[in-house]
Amino acid sequence: MDATFAALADPTRRAILARLASGEATVMELADPFEISQPAISRHLKVLEKAGLISRRIEGSKHPCRLAKDGLDNIDEFLAMLRQALTKNYDRLDQVLANMKTNTGDKSL
Amino acid sequence: MTPLTLKTEGDLYIVVTRHFAAPPEAVYRAHTEPSLLQQWLLGPDGWNMPVCISEPKPHGKIRFEWSNGKGGGFFLTGEYLELEPYRRLVHVERMHLPDPTPDNHVESRFEPHGTGTLMTMRMTLPDSQTRKQMLATGMEHGMEISYARLENVLSAAPTRS
Repeated sequence: MDATFAALADPTRRAILARLASGEATVMELADPFEISQPAISRHLKVLEKAGLISRRIEGSKHPCRLAKDGLDNIDEFLAMLRQALTKNYDRLDQVLANMKTNTGDKSL
Repeated sequence: MTPLTLKTEGDLYIVVTRHFAAPPEAVYRAHTEPSLLQQWLLGPDGWNMPVCISEPKPHGKIRFEWSNGKGGGFFLTGEYLELEPYRRLVHVERMHLPDPTPDNHVESRFEPHGTGTLMTMRMTLPDSQTRKQMLATGMEHGMEISYARLENVLSAAPTRS
């Protein structure tokens, strides 16, 4: 469990997960968009693999990575993220509605 | 009082309710008028919506583009299907991440509740692959999943590493 928290806490690792969400990739392909070395990417991948968030298969000398089947695939995690995004939006909407009321003065909306 | 409720309905839908201290007409307008949408439909702090197209009429277009002001961004497209002014909206939308996610069918109802409005929004529960994609993208964009909630989910695990 703590391994999952630690793995998700790092922005590079979250970006790697986002990239893998659109399909399998090799270490080289993953290192490309980031300005960090392949060994550094490999270290991040090890953390993600240990946390059960990604899996690697062997294809000759390549070890393409993909999101683990059960890693992030959890309805509760998705709903928690949705709840957080909606809460932020609707708190802002409360303010927008309050401003609309002020701006229209006595005129009914 | 819980201002927001969010629950699943079977395997297919998510139902969200929220109370607002303004009449249905105002809440409906805030959901359809671009200049109002741009003020609140933003997700995490630090993001804005430089492009907002919303044509509230049947077959009317929807296009929202979000930006974090640092070169990061993504967009959503959709269409309005049914509109009953100030009471009910039905639209379809898809995120582009950058490939389009399957269509999310959304019905929003705005009912008078005291001096305010009770909004009930029913949307499609994304399939497993889409959830994974949205989670990963959402985390990249700063919509952190609730760690407290995750802790509950994972606390059933027998060992801690």
